[in-house]
Amino acid sequence: MTDFSAALSLAGSLVFQLDHRLIAIVLLSLRVSLLAVALASVFGLPLGATVALARFPGRNAIVLVLNAFMGLPPVVVGLTIYLLLSRAGPLGPLGMLFTPTAMVVAQMVLILPIIAALTRQVVEDLWEEYSEQLRSLGCGRAQAVPTLLWDGRYRLATVILAGFGRASAEVGAVIIVGGNVAGFTRTMTTAIALETSRGDLPLAMALGLILITLTIAVNGVIQLVSQHARRGMG
Amino acid sequence: MSRRVFLQGLFATAIAAFAMTGTPRAEDHFITLASTTSTEQSGLFEYLIPIFTRETHITVHVVAVGTGQALQIGERGDADALLVHDPAGEQKFVADGFGVDRRAVMHNDFVIVGPKADPAGIAKTPDVIEVFRRIAAAKAPFGSRGDDSGTNRMELRLWKDAGIDPKQGGSWYRELGSGMGPTLNTSAGMNAYTLADRATWANFKNRQDLVILVQGDKRLLNPYSTILVNPTRFPTLKTADAKIWHDWLVSPHGQEVIAGYKINGEQLFFGDAGK
Repeated sequence: MTDFSAALSLAGSLVFQLDHRLIAIVLLSLRVSLLAVALASVFGLPLGATVALARFPGRNAIVLVLNAFMGLPPVVVGLTIYLLLSRAGPLGPLGMLFTPTAMVVAQMVLILPIIAALTRQVVEDLWEEYSEQLRSLGCGRAQAVPTLLWDGRYRLATVILAGFGRASAEVGAVIIVGGNVAGFTRTMTTAIALETSRGDLPLAMALGLILITLTIAVNGVIQLVSQHARRGMG
Repeated sequence: MSRRVFLQGLFATAIAAFAMTGTPRAEDHFITLASTTSTEQSGLFEYLIPIFTRETHITVHVVAVGTGQALQIGERGDADALLVHDPAGEQKFVADGFGVDRRAVMHNDFVIVGPKADPAGIAKTPDVIEVFRRIAAAKAPFGSRGDDSGTNRMELRLWKDAGIDPKQGGSWYRELGSGMGPTLNTSAGMNAYTLADRATWANFKNRQDLVILVQGDKRLLNPYSTILVNPTRFPTLKTADAKIWHDWLVSPHGQEVIAGYKINGEQLFFGDAGK
């Protein structure tokens, strides 16, 4: 147990001293993951709701692909984005490889299917509950997309949190497209991987404890906001 | 909060967050260096690069991977310069036109670490080929990088020189497919022998029962070179800045800085420029 107590006290002193490198890493991690979640939501929520309500040929195939892609392996996503962004690849002239932007793109690709697939389920369930009511108001399937997204917002907050959880926890994609460059693309998870490989297990574990605490904090904030809003709505 | 405010808020967050990452700043004057896990994990770059940046105002972004992958990154034009350690691979890289102006920078050396109990009885054997034969004869666990890194290529050459094909040897030879640090972690966990560069070993903390058993054979020298990625292949390479770094490493001053890197009073890299 000495390993864990050493990690705990190290985590405490790192946070307490406001180590500037630690702060930079934490801010970068939050920036990348929150941005990826925001972008994935902007595309994923309407996409999921549309797939839930629209009827078109091939819809089942799209549902299948979205569900399956919730389990996209991060290293495969990382490798794909790497090959696209590489100077020898089609998007090479953008010079985006080994930058935070590349990491945002990789995480967005990773969580877009999660947000879209879970949104589809939520909206489909809502449609079953309210379709008669909506129809009686003259609201067809297409017009119901924004209404149901709005009505399901508290359930969708959980969907977005699932996406954030995946983004902030993964290391396989960001380490490939970000390169784990010190002070530039080093995030919490890639720093933990690096310290583990240096054999500095207490420091790696301390960073891990800080990451988990942060994740709990982000979830807590969203839960509070959503409870507050719910009460406000009466 | 109306629906419109909610949706506008979502878009605003996305745009604000996008603005935070996308905009270039003055400090974006940087080059990308593909180098090896051994140089990164030895702590050399944390010491060296701030000095270089202070003097030249150029930031160096280090992507630390195995030498095989570093050469691959250079071939794809995703780094401006390389600092790697596999003479045969480097010569081929330059001969194939992917890199130019390869120059010797420094060397350190490899050591063979293993469990204190030393089941293969290799301690202090002067001839590293003999060491590898004894490990194979004893079928003692050996942790191999197995990742096509410079260290891995060196290890495979030593097996070849010893006339042994370890991959046919059975379960004692374990290809770990990971960097120097993880290989040391795993070897420590398995009480296995392994080949490590001295700098990573000196900086490595989770040693458990492992100690240095063999060192000093001339075959164990580990030379590093700097190579510029061929600027004619990709127009967006930052070759002018990369050349400042490349020249700085082999300048008398750069060589002095390299020699000044010490852990526990021990010098880890020895300048080779001009040799």
